[in-house]
Amino acid sequence: MKKPKLVLVGNGMAGVRTLEELLKLAPDLYDITVFGAEPHGNYNRILLSPVLAGEMKLPEIMLNDVDWYRDNGIVLHAGKKVVKIDRIRRKVVAEDGSEAPYDRLLLATGSNPFMLPVPGKDLPGVIAYRDIADTQAMIEAAANHKHAVVIGGGLLGLEAANGLKLRGMDVTVVHAADWLMERQLDKTAAGMLQVSLEAKGLKFLLPKFTSELVQGPDNDGGRVCAVKFKDGETIPADLVVMAVGIRPNTALAEAAGLHCERGIVVSDTLQTYDPRIYAVGECAAHRGTAYGLVAPLFEQGKVCANHLANFGIGRYAGSVVSTKLKVTGIDVFSAGDFMGGEGTEEIVLNDRNGGVYKKLVLKGDKLAGAVLYGDTVDGSWYFQLLREGRDVSGIRDHLMFGTSYVNTHLGSAGHQGQSKAAAMADSAEVCGCNGVCKGTIVKAIKEQGLFTLEEVRKHTKASSSCGSCTGLVEQILATTVGGAYQPQDAAKKPLCGCTEFTHEEVRKAIREQKLLSIPAAMRFLEWKTPDGCASCRPALNYYLVCAFPKEYKDDPQSRFINERAHANIQKDGTFSVVPRIHGGVTTPAQLRRIAEVAEKYAVPTVKFTGGQRIDLLGVKKEDLPRMWADLGMPSGFAYGKSIRTVKTCVGSEWCRFGVQDSTGLGIDLERALDRMWAPHKVKLAVSGCPRNCAEAGIKDVGIVGVESGWEIYVAGNGGIKTEVAQFLAKVKTREEVMEYAGAFLQLYREEARYLDRTVHWVARVGLDTVKQKVVEDAANRKALYERLLFALQDEQDPWAERAKGLRSAEFAPIRIVEQKGESHERLAQSLPA
Amino acid sequence: MSAWLKVCPLEEIPPLGARVVKTSRGDVAVFRNAADEVFAVDDRCPHKGGPLSQGIVAGKRVTCPLHGMHIALDSGEAVAPDRGCTHRYAARVDNGTVLIQLG
Ligand code: SRM
Ligand SMILES: Cc1cc2nc3c(=O)[nH]c(=O)nc-3n(C[C@H](O)[C@H](O)[C@H](O)COP(=O)(O)OP(=O)(O)OC[C@H]3O[C@@H](n4cnc5c(N)ncnc54)[C@H](O)[C@@H]3O)c2cc1C
Ligand code: SF4
Ligand code: FES
Repeated sequence: MKKPKLVLVGNGMAGVRTLEELLKLAPDLYDITVFGAEPHGNYNRILLSPVLAGEMKLPEIMLNDVDWYRDNGIVLHAGKKVVKIDRIRRKVVAEDGSEAPYDRLLLATGSNPFMLPVPGKDLPGVIAYRDIADTQAMIEAAANHKHAVVIGGGLLGLEAANGLKLRGMDVTVVHAADWLMERQLDKTAAGMLQVSLEAKGLKFLLPKFTSELVQGPDNDGGRVCAVKFKDGETIPADLVVMAVGIRPNTALAEAAGLHCERGIVVSDTLQTYDPRIYAVGECAAHRGTAYGLVAPLFEQGKVCANHLANFGIGRYAGSVVSTKLKVTGIDVFSAGDFMGGEGTEEIVLNDRNGGVYKKLVLKGDKLAGAVLYGDTVDGSWYFQLLREGRDVSGIRDHLMFGTSYVNTHLGSAGHQGQSKAAAMADSAEVCGCNGVCKGTIVKAIKEQGLFTLEEVRKHTKASSSCGSCTGLVEQILATTVGGAYQPQDAAKKPLCGCTEFTHEEVRKAIREQKLLSIPAAMRFLEWKTPDGCASCRPALNYYLVCAFPKEYKDDPQSRFINERAHANIQKDGTFSVVPRIHGGVTTPAQLRRIAEVAEKYAVPTVKFTGGQRIDLLGVKKEDLPRMWADLGMPSGFAYGKSIRTVKTCVGSEWCRFGVQDSTGLGIDLERALDRMWAPHKVKLAVSGCPRNCAEAGIKDVGIVGVESGWEIYVAGNGGIKTEVAQFLAKVKTREEVMEYAGAFLQLYREEARYLDRTVHWVARVGLDTVKQKVVEDAANRKALYERLLFALQDEQDPWAERAKGLRSAEFAPIRIVEQKGESHERLAQSLPA
Repeated sequence: MSAWLKVCPLEEIPPLGARVVKTSRGDVAVFRNAADEVFAVDDRCPHKGGPLSQGIVAGKRVTCPLHGMHIALDSGEAVAPDRGCTHRYAARVDNGTVLIQLG
């Protein structure tokens, strides 16, 4: 079947983003052709400012180079301007006569800079600021000329002026309004901005009206030489940049008879009046607005792509925009109705000497606008409050102090915050992981009659992922059900819904009664369900592994798939393979093998992990055993509640600061701890000096080399809530490090609840008890270390076993042979692994 | 009534486990529980398409490996309070052989 044809006119940010979104949804739906007037691939127009300022180079701002079009089967006509749309024959015609037929047409022609209609506007040396050619013209002018005049004190004008100044020109900004950036800033903020820019050497004339651009002598190519104003003043100018606004580029659409009104008029599905023709970006007018910033254009692209892909869901309902000034080094933010006026209130902070000004405009219970100068960290937070139209009455007192203050005072970042939950609006988000608002939780509590945290988790998903909002959810429970709320006594909490017993009681029974299997443990402890659930079975399996290292027969069916298949399951059902690379030190031979395997099995992504090794992502389950055989490397246990990695730095072998051989010790530790199962994952690091390049300060066990030996830190965590590791002991020799670290980990293995990281366990039992058992009591330390060594001795590498064929059926799908029209049965074939 | 198709001998599915079966209807997950009952459902979680065959089986339920939704194997329906349903096929054991019916 022939594919329908899609033609895009305008190879800019909005159009190509729409194509990218479309390819994600329906990669093979259309034959796509793109026309772009500029002789380039697609680039990030926004970054022309850093290019002008000399912070970036042109190649760095390319978004999609020519190869991208080829790889996606898109025909690109770069440097060809479309001059006609023939809607009857459904084709477009370019300047050079080339044509392309379309079934659907996407217009994304952007805007044209507006040029003031003054005499001299077409002189050489007078330009706009829109594309690569303009930017190059400015860079060139800066190299050869002295005086620049930028007409327009808006965002674009100031970025141009800043860039030209940095390139050594003498720059004057001419502005017709009473203050700079009047569409984004109020007078106070603009005044502060002007003072800081003046301090950087820019000059300003405002309000000032240009009347003429004056031509210079012929021997200078007839180039502009001065700007003359209505009040008669004249200033020298070898370069004039007009940045007084943009006009949607609708000429092509208008000529084709499409309805335009300050932009090509589009519906909520981004369709023009001709349903075959769509328009996105600055050229489009949606509900009367043509936008001039990229965020709304990208939102339009998403919706448009969805409709082009024939999914037909999603409407574009317009955007609220916010503004930031780039590259000048001054932080400015504004959003919404920042001027205020009738029916609004203002909260203002004005620290002129400190260079900070903030104004929040409130309308009723909602934030309507904001201007921030000098300190814009909270800009995105205010913007979110504004866009979502949240009720801010409950946090009004400290709205001005920003998100960090509000969070610490609402307890959403921690488990123990004071009860401010009552003051939160129903629309305020409580659980960031699952996007659950307070209102949803309150409703569920009331309607479903929930009383416990567990129930709320089950019904709303709030606090069921990273858990950092647990405190807040508990507060909401408490305020909603009042006295009926019974906070769980954590010490008495049953392991899961299948039993009344706590983790500690279950472990004790297993040890003392010598219960050697999961069914035996369940029977003895009178489990309420026949074979447990996905929470208790992995816990029981671990407790048995830990209690009876050589006697217990591991139960794969009670392990999460990652541990059963020795690889991480990915969102699309494929797996990832991370071989062990001890201490992050590898060899050319090893790398070659990894490369060969990656090629042989067409691994789509090869990535360095944060754990100093290599991840092969997107592997089919059935390929795993053969890949492991080909790799011939041990499993990195990147999937397990087990030892993960020991990160190392280069240390004294090479590093000019290194005082200890951190690499060697790291490798030894990783070898010694290999295949160690644990209540949760375990990560170590060893640094060769206190500069700590291996980040030992946030590891379960972190070791730092010092002149006289090694410092051992424990119970750090770099994950959901970063926790700095605490000092355990200082020792002299490598052997001692192994013993202390090993003993600490064995104590953790024996005492912690399943799914406790070391940090959670130490927080519960206290570092002092741990020190007592590991540091002070030498005999106990040795005994712990012995038990660890015994457990690890003779443990087999799971990959090697599976590569040899252990339980290979698990990896192979069964293929059924179905016979059409016959009712008798045929035996399916089980394919070899 | 469509035909019963032979899948494999029962012992090729581990108790409290599953096998993936490639059929004209796509991947079907065939489960065996502790009581040697067998169940067949589409190998796609109603939530975000997770491969149910890779989940932990308990009772007559499987827990999806991706985000932990519970699916009742005898109906294909998500266990409340979750919602959603995956297609279920008839399955039985006959003389030590697992059979499913795709109709
Ligand atoms: C691959 C890797 C990202 C990368 O590309 O760099 C990664 C990938 C995952 N991390 Fe991680 N983490 C990786 C390093 C880290 C690190 C950094 C480190 O190890 O130095 C951290 C912070 C340090 C720490 O753990 O204290 C980290 C903190 C987490 C957490 C939060 C743990 C916590 O206790 O707060 C989780 C969630 C969990 O384990 O429950 C997580 C979970 C995950 C999972 C397993 C999510 C999942 O369940 O599927 C991701 C698996 C992807 C996959 O299939 O491969 N990952 N993860 C890194 C593997 C390192 C390795 O070689 O083994
Ligand atoms: C210097 C600068 C800095 C900016 N900074 C920011 C910023 O910080 N934040 C922000 O949000 N926005 C910024 N913008 C605005 C942003 O770049 C635009 O909103 C965005 O690029 C518009 O995308 P578009 O696809 O609609 O138009 P464009 O990216 O302009 O793409 C339109 C393309 O269509 C081509 N074209 C036009 N007519 C035809 C035709 N007939 N045939 C073929 N091709 C044609 C044009 O040559 C152009 O390449 C900045 C703009 C500039 C110039
Ligand atoms: S931690 Fe010390 S030894 Fe290691 S690389 Fe850094 S400076 Fe060098
Ligand atoms: S895909 Fe199954 S729970 Fe998300």
